[in-house]
Amino acid sequence: MKFFSLLKANLFRSRKRTFLTIASVALALFLFASLRTVVTTIAAAAQFGSARRLVVTNSTGFVLPLPVAYANRLEAMEGIGTVTWANWFGGKYGDNKRFFGQFAVDPESYLAMYPEMSVPADQKEAFFRDRSGALIGKRLLDVFGWKVGQSITLQGTIFPGDWTFTISGVYTPTDAVINDDMMLFHWEYLDEKIGRPGIAGWYIFEIDRPEDAARISKAVDDQFRSSPAPTKTGTEQAFNASFATMWGNISLLMNTIGMAVVFAILLVTANAMMMSARERTREIAVLKTIGFSDRRLFTLVMAEAGLVTMIGAVLGLGGAKLLYKGTNFNAAGFLPGFDVTTSTLLIGSGIALALMLASGIAPALRAARLPVVTALRSVE
Amino acid sequence: MKIPIVYNIRSLLGRPLSTALTALGIALVVAVFIGMLALANGFAVALKTTGSEENVLVLRKGADNEMSSGIDRASTSIIASFPHVKQGADGAPLVSPEVYVVIPMGRITDTTTYANVVLRGVSDKVWDVRANLQIIDGRRPDAAKNEVCLGTKLIGRFPRTGVGEAITIAGRPWEVVCHFTADGASFESEIWGMNEQVMPVMRGQVFQSVTFRLADAGAFDEAKRALEGDQRLQVDAQRESVFYAKQSELLGSILNILAILITSIMAVGAIFGAVNTMYAAVASRSSEIAVLLTLGFRPVSIMVSFLAESALIALIGGVIGCLIVLPVNGIVTSTTNWASFSEIAFSFRITPGLLLTGLIFALVMGVLGGFFPARRAAKMLVVQAIR
Repeated sequence: MKFFSLLKANLFRSRKRTFLTIASVALALFLFASLRTVVTTIAAAAQFGSARRLVVTNSTGFVLPLPVAYANRLEAMEGIGTVTWANWFGGKYGDNKRFFGQFAVDPESYLAMYPEMSVPADQKEAFFRDRSGALIGKRLLDVFGWKVGQSITLQGTIFPGDWTFTISGVYTPTDAVINDDMMLFHWEYLDEKIGRPGIAGWYIFEIDRPEDAARISKAVDDQFRSSPAPTKTGTEQAFNASFATMWGNISLLMNTIGMAVVFAILLVTANAMMMSARERTREIAVLKTIGFSDRRLFTLVMAEAGLVTMIGAVLGLGGAKLLYKGTNFNAAGFLPGFDVTTSTLLIGSGIALALMLASGIAPALRAARLPVVTALRSVE
Repeated sequence: MKIPIVYNIRSLLGRPLSTALTALGIALVVAVFIGMLALANGFAVALKTTGSEENVLVLRKGADNEMSSGIDRASTSIIASFPHVKQGADGAPLVSPEVYVVIPMGRITDTTTYANVVLRGVSDKVWDVRANLQIIDGRRPDAAKNEVCLGTKLIGRFPRTGVGEAITIAGRPWEVVCHFTADGASFESEIWGMNEQVMPVMRGQVFQSVTFRLADAGAFDEAKRALEGDQRLQVDAQRESVFYAKQSELLGSILNILAILITSIMAVGAIFGAVNTMYAAVASRSSEIAVLLTLGFRPVSIMVSFLAESALIALIGGVIGCLIVLPVNGIVTSTTNWASFSEIAFSFRITPGLLLTGLIFALVMGVLGGFFPARRAAKMLVVQAIR
């Protein structure tokens, strides 16, 4: 195969340069994939939420509590199924270097509400039975080296004092968007220890038909409008979106930077590839002399550009995918479910293709159209 | 003998497309580099200027931010009676017990989502306790009415923020009576109302923090000991400046790590590109190099000349990069301060120091990128090169 040995010879004629070109393409695409994944992860978090779950918060501000007595009133309402509630605990563990969210929940109803949090049956039973029991995300086992059955003590910030919990079980999220580094414990335990004020941070309830969401939300808010703690009800998705949009312009920023990065490195790389093709004018003239057709030479130069960008793309995009998957990266809990999506891989491949065309076509055309006489003369 | 720099300039001009592409590549890297640092810088400035060295912030023991803290009225009076608290011109202590709540506000741009904005109840002494406050429009709110003063960063980002208009908090209208600035501090992203009005609609008879001016700025340690040692109080005292510096730590370090990570990967890519370009430049000019050698220029001069050429491209790129990034200076962006779950707005801040850093960064990329190709040029043998 004359064609392939020529291709190989071309790639290896300056190993250093071929390596550098491939490496810079790989780096550009790696960075592109990483930055875009930040954007897609935030977007996925904003999209997450069952259309059948609604969240009720205090309309004055989500940090203000609601009376826990609302649970019964919600359950009694038409169209509302399971009702559960949770409180933000805000405790510190150890030196507080690694933050994680802790929630006081009503165990049975909360786990029933979130089938996405899978817990082994025996651990679930143990959690239900033990009033000071806690259910933790599987990532926390690795982060702190905890074991099931172990006792841990947190310092409360909102609810002062030392709080000791026994780890009864570990949950595994079946949907990557759910944080795998949270801690759940009994709402009863919290309520009892702080003197039974009977407060819930927010309620979550399930409705039978998603179409009813707007109507039921309004009914709930009307019901509590004139009470001391009026409510704001919306879909779980809107609730999550309000947190995701708190990242503000970070997504826009990441996109802009990502594009600038890719563009910058590709400019430089395309230039280097074109220059390396140009200095081979004489070789191409020789090939023409010994009978290579114009089309053949065009293909040869394009194939070289294609091979270099393809290897770079596979390394960069594949590297990003494997790295984040392999290290289970989630930015210390801020970006759960950080995974390079297929669309990112496709767009990345598209960029590689564009790079191949941008850097390959000019020299390939030049090679194909090169008049032998001028080419040979121009060298010496 | 040195090769005149004119030679390099002519070489660059002789291949305008290639020079432009390389310079533009480096320009973008430098622009992103400066832009990211300007962002981190703006954020740091916003939170650093928030706290004053001379003020003490008191929170409930164990609470690490205002949101999780709570201080009752009795404790507030005890704190105000301490001798370490500076007295105002009228003899009253310069102390501001404050209510801190995060409330949802509809955005102007996207009405389907809410931003969480800080609503701070303050005492009428706050304008003296915090020295960097300045009311730029309107008058101070009246404690007897539902009136608020808005930080300037809220204006234009949320509806009905003009003086004379009214925003809705807790289901009732509050008249906007003034706008204030605070030297770029995060207070500029907050809504301030008077305690007398804010407290009843929010958390009941509890303040979240107490801030006071030290009578003697150097006597912080004494004040801290006295407050924390008092049997009647369960509080932690810290300098206001230290508190806000700590609040910015998390996001600040995220921004800095991002800046370093992204730009170092970019820089490596750009250096690879520069190396490649210079290798190609050296290869295509081998006969020129041979002529130079024949003319009697020493290999060292050739190496210096090629390095200078690479540095020159990078420097041009650096200057273009600075020009590209300059317009972002002052643009207001916002993100969440996760320590308080509230939105904080801040501006990109480009300083001359950052521009200089960017130029040096470009120069380093150029020199690193030019080194090996320049060495190759210098090592060429006349016979081989001229062939």
